[in-house]
Amino acid sequence: MAKLTKLTCPACGATLNIAGTVSVIKCKFCGAESMFDPQAEAAPQASVDKKVAPAVRHKPGNDDLILLDDLEVYYRSGGGLLSASKTVKAVDGVTLGIKQGETLGLVGESGCGKSTLGKAILRLTEPTGGKVFYNGKDLAHLPKSQMREQRKHLQMIFQDPYASLNPRMTVGNIIGEPIRTFGLAQGSSVDSRVQELMETVGLSRRFVKRYPHEFSGGQRQRIGIARALAVDPKFIVADEPISALDVSIQAQIMNLMEELQAEKKLTYLFISHDLRAVRHLSDRVAVMYLGRIVELANGKEIYSDPLMPYTQALISAVPVPDPEIEAKRERIILQGDVPSSLNPPSGCHFHTRCQFAIDACKTETPQLVQIKPDHFASCIRISPEHPSIAENAANNLGSLSG
Amino acid sequence: MTEKNETILSVDGLKTYFMTEDGVVKAVDGISFELKKGETLGIVGESGSGKSVTNLSVMRLIPEPPGKIAGGTVVFDGINVLEMPIDEVRKIRGSRIAMIFQDPMTSLNPFLKISTQLTEVTRLHLGHTKEQAREHAIKMLKLVGISDAEQRIDGYPHEFSGGMRQRVMIAMALSCDPELLIADEPTTALDVTIQAQILELIKDLKDRMGTSVILITHDLGVVAGMTDKIIVMYAGKVFEQAPTRELFARPANPYTQGLLKSVPDPAHEQGKELYQIPGLPPDVAHLPPGCPFAERCDRAEDICRREFPPFVEINQDHHSLCHFAAEVYASSAPEDL
Repeated sequence: MAKLTKLTCPACGATLNIAGTVSVIKCKFCGAESMFDPQAEAAPQASVDKKVAPAVRHKPGNDDLILLDDLEVYYRSGGGLLSASKTVKAVDGVTLGIKQGETLGLVGESGCGKSTLGKAILRLTEPTGGKVFYNGKDLAHLPKSQMREQRKHLQMIFQDPYASLNPRMTVGNIIGEPIRTFGLAQGSSVDSRVQELMETVGLSRRFVKRYPHEFSGGQRQRIGIARALAVDPKFIVADEPISALDVSIQAQIMNLMEELQAEKKLTYLFISHDLRAVRHLSDRVAVMYLGRIVELANGKEIYSDPLMPYTQALISAVPVPDPEIEAKRERIILQGDVPSSLNPPSGCHFHTRCQFAIDACKTETPQLVQIKPDHFASCIRISPEHPSIAENAANNLGSLSG
Repeated sequence: MTEKNETILSVDGLKTYFMTEDGVVKAVDGISFELKKGETLGIVGESGSGKSVTNLSVMRLIPEPPGKIAGGTVVFDGINVLEMPIDEVRKIRGSRIAMIFQDPMTSLNPFLKISTQLTEVTRLHLGHTKEQAREHAIKMLKLVGISDAEQRIDGYPHEFSGGMRQRVMIAMALSCDPELLIADEPTTALDVTIQAQILELIKDLKDRMGTSVILITHDLGVVAGMTDKIIVMYAGKVFEQAPTRELFARPANPYTQGLLKSVPDPAHEQGKELYQIPGLPPDVAHLPPGCPFAERCDRAEDICRREFPPFVEINQDHHSLCHFAAEVYASSAPEDL
């Protein structure tokens, strides 16, 4: 491939990718012809790229409890005598740090790989590549027996509290099981620990002999939370913990999760498609699309100033419980469904649904780069100098990445 | 066909009870509402509030036993559906009143092609021939935004995504040009971006075809943008009934107020505790004598636990089931007025 040089058209300000060493350039946007010396232009451009690129990588910092380094979960799908099997890249090279004591929200549509990512951290799904560091230990490559030991520190809360509780076990046994498995208590002290946990999550200790079907959805989710807390974990993956619950109960569970976090210094990965809940609970939010993280910022900023067209559409799709706002609002309605992860679109996965997509989006794979302080996005049409995709599109700014 | 502004559905004092080992469960206990042609009514409530049972009763889809429609009338276009022979009701179902459900996977038969399921309705109700029915089905699939309808019609439900399946359900529901569409949590199982598409589709089809819609949901955001008026249900009762804007701006029932406050507000400072309605929805089989919400209500007084509250008329269109409806209404007045 010919070496590309990035130049700015002096007439209209558009960015042009120039191959080779031509000296007269015609701008493809405004048609102005100008003289360039690619050799002279190339040098400063490269140094800018170098400055931006390293900011992407999350290095294991002192405050990162969990660090995902280029995590991959690939599945083989299909394949038979006559057809070759295909690879589903459920999680495709995710590098992400989760700080001690924070709640990192992970949002995306179904099929984007957010649950797989959560499960891969706990090795409930085996990662096929990359590393998962917890306290400096690479969990992805630990032998199974040692991984079991680590699960004391890493727990999960599931979406459907009914499907994740054994219907033939009493609540006492469900919550007590991990305590016995890990030998955290013996004999009658297990029972007192169970009762203590039930009270922590707001269940009456009288219910200890009851079965899951005797509880409402919200109460079952409390049982699931109590079971996760039984081993005194440091980190909890909460996979859509409130999606199956009623509105008034959602608020209760969110408040409970916040209380427990403050009390027990927990770190959460909160996976949800509910942007309102994510916004409420999370310190930082990562947006995922077809296996990749496409935007990462603090919770407030991602809502008030989403940079990626996908995030903008996602936020715009959330209905607001206010008829006055709803009546005035212009929604960005995305066309079509999430493409199949069996056959994801080339380049930027989102280009098939993106209103700002240009030809380069089909070929160039965008990197997650820092656009504003602690605000990362993965789009070739935005850069720290030009963070607004809508403005860039209006000004016909093309591919801004290297 | 009914004229504009004419009432298409009028439900009066509807009671649906279920006989269980636990005693009589009054799932719906005396519900009344009216729906005019072209109007959209939202029914909001938590699980077990009776919102789905209300609509199953309207369609006469309550399994008997254990269920029983114990009283009231459901008048659809001048006829009391509850007194109709079941054969007549079957003719109305699917043709004049259509329903879409929450989970499009369980409401489509996984063994049958989409074409079979879509053509069945029109062959039955409109007497279409096989060819006519297929042509009509393709037209409907295109209408709900399914591209390559000619090919996709021969697919099976599992080949469609959740949003696509819900589109197929809507196509099926609308294929006989119904006068009333009952949508029971139509977007709850879908992603927000797909939810936005489906809601937009329902809104658009409603405007084009003049269909009246009953939208059942637990999501206050969904009803805010979609409906003309709203019923808030709790424990089988209508707790509040008002035009949409009024309900959001000036709720007259503490339960509605609580629901509105417990939705996280994007503008709301992070880390601030979310308002929560304490406790759990009541066991409908063992309701207390007083207000069923009294246990969870932050302004409940002795009378609330003792006596069942009156259905207070705030104004002609706005009613609230509360001993203190007028006070709650006054307290929810915007501060800048």
